[in-house]
Amino acid sequence: MIPLETIDPVAATGLFSYAWLMIALPALGAFVLLGFGRYVEKSGPYLAVATIGGSFVVAMALFVQMLAAPVDQRAVSVQLYTWFTTGTWQLDVGLLVDQLSILFALLITGVGGLIHVYSLGYMAHDERKRRFFGYLNLFVAAMLTLVLADNYLVLFVGWEGVGLASYLLIGFWQYKPSAAAAAKKAFVMNRVGDLGMVLAISAMLAQFGSSAFIDVNHGAEHLAPGWTTAIGLLLLLGACGKSAQVPLQAWLLDAMEGPTPVSALIHAATMVTAGVYLVVRSHAIFDLTADARLAVVIVGTVTLLAGAWIGCSKDDIKKVLAGSTMSQIGYMMLAAGIGPAGYAFAIFHLLTHGAFKANMFLGAGSVMHGMNDDVDMRHYGALAKYLPITFWTFACGYLAIIGFPLTAGFFSKDHIIEAAFGQSALVGTLALLGAGVTAFYMTRLMLMTFGGKKRWLDGVHPHESPAVMTVPLIVLAALSLVAGAVMNWWIQEWLEPAAGNHAHEVELLPTPIGWLTMLVVAAGVFVGWWVFGRKPIPAVAPQGNVLAVAGRNELYGNAVNDTLVVKPVLGVSRAAVAADAKAFDGFVNLLANALGGLSVGGRRVQNGYVRSYALTMVLGVLLVGVVLILGLGA
Amino acid sequence: MIDQYLYLAVILFVIGAVGVMIRRNALVAFMSVELMLNAANLALVAFAWHHASFDGQVASFFVMVVAAAEVVVGLAIIVSIYKTRRSTSVDNANLLNQ
Repeated sequence: MIPLETIDPVAATGLFSYAWLMIALPALGAFVLLGFGRYVEKSGPYLAVATIGGSFVVAMALFVQMLAAPVDQRAVSVQLYTWFTTGTWQLDVGLLVDQLSILFALLITGVGGLIHVYSLGYMAHDERKRRFFGYLNLFVAAMLTLVLADNYLVLFVGWEGVGLASYLLIGFWQYKPSAAAAAKKAFVMNRVGDLGMVLAISAMLAQFGSSAFIDVNHGAEHLAPGWTTAIGLLLLLGACGKSAQVPLQAWLLDAMEGPTPVSALIHAATMVTAGVYLVVRSHAIFDLTADARLAVVIVGTVTLLAGAWIGCSKDDIKKVLAGSTMSQIGYMMLAAGIGPAGYAFAIFHLLTHGAFKANMFLGAGSVMHGMNDDVDMRHYGALAKYLPITFWTFACGYLAIIGFPLTAGFFSKDHIIEAAFGQSALVGTLALLGAGVTAFYMTRLMLMTFGGKKRWLDGVHPHESPAVMTVPLIVLAALSLVAGAVMNWWIQEWLEPAAGNHAHEVELLPTPIGWLTMLVVAAGVFVGWWVFGRKPIPAVAPQGNVLAVAGRNELYGNAVNDTLVVKPVLGVSRAAVAADAKAFDGFVNLLANALGGLSVGGRRVQNGYVRSYALTMVLGVLLVGVVLILGLGA
Repeated sequence: MIDQYLYLAVILFVIGAVGVMIRRNALVAFMSVELMLNAANLALVAFAWHHASFDGQVASFFVMVVAAAEVVVGLAIIVSIYKTRRSTSVDNANLLNQ
């Protein structure tokens, strides 16, 4: 497979030289909110929203200018300064504003901005609101650094920043032990992925003498195949950590401990999309190594099925959505792993998913807001009448994620399934199956939350959320409906120079596989209704079959981690502690005790009586005298 | 002839040493130390006379100088101890042991 030659970026002029403002504004916001605490207690949240708004305006302006520019002028590199120079390596900090990164910047600032606005309402009564918005700003700034960097090292700075911000936000309610543990878990599991990133970047520095995208893109063809595969697999490990792909998926469901807007931000606009971005950005590497691509496809396929499975069996509305995110990111990984045919589809699905998943998470937050922060869907029911705006916007997200014709997911998911069939019949069938399961669990969620009879707990009075929360929902719902149709005929060609994909002809009328997908989705919806729509839903979860129990336990991912990693590590550290305490400390203590005993004996001599000292001296002199006399005699 | 001098020196030295070891009064112990120094001086002078050389006599001068200096410092210490504790018993001056 010969990759398309990607076009080198041109130097920045005019408006493009201000691209750094996109990162600087939210970073400044975070600095002010976190650094000047009391002075901005009241105004801070609005400042945070304003900085994201400013970033969005800059991104939009750049996007419009890019649309107007000729194709070979669209990718722009903005050199900022030299970070450091050591030996033959010079590490520059620069931004790469191209067709790929600008789409991400729009998604992050756009959806992220809406989430900020929504948080004004959702977090209105939280005492630490200012701090929360500071972290949100930090999150957005880090994610923008990640996608706008022009080399892997600066990307890694953003990558770690995202990890830090997610840690702070997942554990925002740190007085809850479960939230603190979830934050730690996310952080630790991300570190495993980061190890892959560090090794990959080191390998690039060793092989290319630079980590800039442009050098890597040019140098990749001359690299030994073993190296490309190694770098590809290491990058995949990094992507798995950030994007919660199997086997590093366990943190994502626990991450639901954070406030709901954080879940929306992590799942839609930032964080989990970073892995997909990384794979697409590194297409020059992955184009050349079929083995690493195959690994990406396998990871994506396994994750999309595992996520969907978990989504089917959870009663916690946020965990259902979290499973669904895993599954959808799995689709994107699968598409990215298929290679040049799939890069654009991966990004396409990522963008539409960003809209409808943010919509649904914020909708879930709105439901929780009305239900006294209860997340158990078995305590919901019949909410459509009481939360009309939330219901209708959620319904738009629902239609988009199951791929109802002409909604966003219909276009983006169909392409991935078709591309998967192009890869192999097995992968295609599994992706198709995933679409059916998605339809099933989302139908279940809708029926349990908005349909059926009331199963509310005592003292719950659902009420619609304030406008500051519903307006973002409406905007995102509109995007969930139209984003697919808007980008369908455009995105492939747009991304071609940046992602090196081959544009495919896309039709409005579905292909045979498209018809088949619709059929499977319809079947999924029908089964969902058959199981959960016909009879009242029990307020206590039934025993469930083997599949449901496995899903509820998150496919035993935690047990696997415990057995394979946690227990051996604990065992080794316990052994090390025991060895330290018994062997090393024992020896040292023995020595110290022996010396101590000697000193106790020595101390007796020092009794403080001058006369006894005098006696000792006399005896000593006598002894010396005797020795001298005897010695002289001999 | 020298024997008698040395016997006297030894007797004086032993008296001094025993005095330091058994007397509690600091002043007496101090005088005993002086006695031991003078016994040593006597021995030095006796040997110098016996060998017809001045070395021992010179050495005894040094001893006397050191002894004078010692008396100055030692008596000052004893006086200040007496002022604070109303006692010159060396057995009571054992603060460093505690």
